[in-house]
Amino acid sequence: MRSRGIAVILVFLMGVLLLAAGCAKGPETEPYVVGGIFSITGPASYLGEPERNTMEMLAASINAAGGIKGHPLKVVIYDDEGDVTKARLHAEKLLTKDGAISIIGPSLTHTSMTVLDITQKAKLPLISCAAGVGITAPADKRQWVFKTAQTDQMAVSRIYQYLQKQGTTKVAILTVSTGFGVSGKGQLISQAPQYGIQVVAQEVFGEKDTDMTPQLTKIRGTDAQVVICWGTGPAPALVAKNMKQLGLTLTLIQSHGAASQKFIELAGDAGEGILLPAGKLAVYTQLPDTDPQKAVCKAYADQYQAKFKKPVSSFGGYAYDALNMLTKVLNQSGKDKEKIRSGLEGIKNYVGVSGVFNMSPEDHNGLTPAAFVMVKIDKGQFKLVD
Amino acid sequence: MELASLLQYLISGLTNGAIYALIALGFVIIYHATTIINFAQGEMVMLGALCAISIYHHYPSLPVAFVGGVVLVTIVGILFERLALRPVRDPNPLTLIIITVGGAVFLKGVAMILWGKEAYSLPSFSGDTPFHLGGATLLPQNLWVMGLTALVLLALESFFRLTLTGKAMRACAYNPRAARLVGISQSRMVLLSFALAAALGAGAGILIAPLTLGVYDMGTMVGLKGFCAAILGGLGSSFGGVLGGLILGVAESLATGLISSGYRDAVAFFILLLVLFIRPQGLIRGGS
Repeated sequence: MRSRGIAVILVFLMGVLLLAAGCAKGPETEPYVVGGIFSITGPASYLGEPERNTMEMLAASINAAGGIKGHPLKVVIYDDEGDVTKARLHAEKLLTKDGAISIIGPSLTHTSMTVLDITQKAKLPLISCAAGVGITAPADKRQWVFKTAQTDQMAVSRIYQYLQKQGTTKVAILTVSTGFGVSGKGQLISQAPQYGIQVVAQEVFGEKDTDMTPQLTKIRGTDAQVVICWGTGPAPALVAKNMKQLGLTLTLIQSHGAASQKFIELAGDAGEGILLPAGKLAVYTQLPDTDPQKAVCKAYADQYQAKFKKPVSSFGGYAYDALNMLTKVLNQSGKDKEKIRSGLEGIKNYVGVSGVFNMSPEDHNGLTPAAFVMVKIDKGQFKLVD
Repeated sequence: MELASLLQYLISGLTNGAIYALIALGFVIIYHATTIINFAQGEMVMLGALCAISIYHHYPSLPVAFVGGVVLVTIVGILFERLALRPVRDPNPLTLIIITVGGAVFLKGVAMILWGKEAYSLPSFSGDTPFHLGGATLLPQNLWVMGLTALVLLALESFFRLTLTGKAMRACAYNPRAARLVGISQSRMVLLSFALAAALGAGAGILIAPLTLGVYDMGTMVGLKGFCAAILGGLGSSFGGVLGGLILGVAESLATGLISSGYRDAVAFFILLLVLFIRPQGLIRGGS
C-alpha cells in the first residue's frame, strides 16, 4: 500500500518535471511576464478595477504594435481583495510560479507595504499604485520600489497651499482607519505648522462605517473653519451626506481618494461645493493647451472610454503610467532586473497621466505637489479652481 | 452645546439601533421556530437594499421599490429554506447553522456578480431637509427608520399573541412534539418564519439604503451587529431583540462621540462578550 503511494508520487513528480522542462525551453521569443496585483474586488474595487482594465488594455495595444523588442508582453494579474495576506500570497506566486520580471501594484498602501517586503528581498522591481509616502521612503531601504501615484504628502501640501491663500487657519480632520487614512493623518498633522494651520480636532472612522454623525457632532463643537476628510470608497460620500444632515455649513475638503465620478454620484446633492486635490486627468479638458499633460490625458481617456464605455479615473492612470514607463525601460534594457531598476531610476521629464516624473536615487516617485490641481464639485462636475 | 451634542449622539444611536433591532427580530423569529441562528440574515438586508435600488432605477417610485424589494427577498428567504435547509438529511442545529453561513457567502457572491462591487444610492423617502430639535438635527429618514421599527414590533407582537398562526408558531417553539400532536404543521411554520425574517431584513435594508448606500458586502457587518443585538436581548423575545438593538446603537454612538471614534465596532463585540460571560440568557429571558 505504502510503496504504491510512493510510486504514485514519483510518477506525479516526473510529470511535473517534464512539464517544467517543456516550459523552460519555450519558443525563441519568450514573453516578458509583468505581474499585476490589484484590489479588483472588495471595498477598494474602484481602484483595482480601472487599474486592471488599464493594464490589460495597454498590454493588448503594446502587443498589437509588435511587443517589446520582439518579445510579447504577458500580463498576469491577481486580485488581492484589499487583503494583506492575499497580496503577499500573490506576490510569492508571481515571483516563483509566474516568473515575473516586475510587478505593478498593489492598489493600496497597506498591501503595498507587505508586497514590497517580498520584492525588496527578491530584488524585483515593484511599481506601486498606492498613495502612502512610506512606500518609497526612506529611499535607501526601497531601492527596488517605485510608485506612480501622487503621495499623500503632495496632496496635503496642495490643500494647505490653497487654504493658506484663502487665509484659513483652523482645520478639523476626519480620517479613515486604514493605511491610507493613517498615512494622511500623519501628513496633515506634521505639515500644518509650516502653513500656519492649526489642527483643532482629529477624528477617525472605519472603512465600512455608515454613520459619521457622532464624529461630525464632535467637530461641530470646535472652532474649525474647514473639515478635511481623508478616506476612500463610499465612506467619504457618507461624510458629505452626514454633514448636510447635521446642517454643518463648514467647507468640506476631501482627499484625492475621492476624485472620481463615482464619488460625485454617491454624494449626490451633498457633494456640491466640496473641494479636493485631484490629478489633472479629472479636469484635463479644462487645462490650458500649454499644459504638456493635456495630450497624454486625452489619449488615455479616449482609449479607455472607447474600450470600456466607462469614464476614466485617475486610479487607472497610475497603472497606465507604471506600465508605460516600464515598457520604455524594457525597450532600452531588456529583461535584466538590475537594468530595469536603474532604468526606472533614471527616468527624467516623463510626461504621464498623473504628472511629470523626474525619478532619482533619492526619489522613486518623481512627482511634486504641482501634479495636483484643486477642484470643486459644481453641478455634478469637477471644476478647476486653483 | 454639550447637551445638543449628547442629543445628536442619541439620535444617531437610536437610528442605527432601530436597524439592528429589525435585523435582531429576524434572528429571533427564526430562532423561535427552529432553534437555529440564521447567519444569512445580514445578506437579506443587503439583498433588500440592492433589489429596491434596482427596481427604483427601472421604475422610479419608492413605494413600488419598497414593496418589490421586500417581496423579492421574501421569495429568496423561502427558496433558501426549501432548497438549502429542508433537504438536509440530519437536521441538527449545528449542521443547519453552518449551512446558513455557507448560504450567506453564496448570496454575497451572487450579489457581487449581479450588482458588481460598486455602491449604489437610493433617494430618501421624504427629502433631505433636516429637522432641528433642541440644537440637534435629524433627517426625515431617521424618523422613518424609528417609526417603521416601532410599527413592525407592534405588528409582530400582535401577530404572535393574537392570531392563530402566530400562536401556532410559538407553540412550535415551546414544544414541537405537542404542536405536531395538535395538528400544527411544523414544516409550514418554519417556512413562514424564514419568509417573515427575510421580509424584515429586506425592509431594514431598504430603510437604511438612503442613509448608508447599498453595496454587495454590506450584509456581513450589519448581520453581526443584529446578531449581537439579538443575543443581548436574549434571543427568545421580540422586545428583547429591539431593546438589544437600541442599546447597542446608542452605546456605539456614545463611544464614538465621547471616547474615541476608533472604538466604534469594538463596542458591539465587547458588549457581546460581556453578555456571554455575565448574563448568557440575555437581558430578557426568552420564551422557550
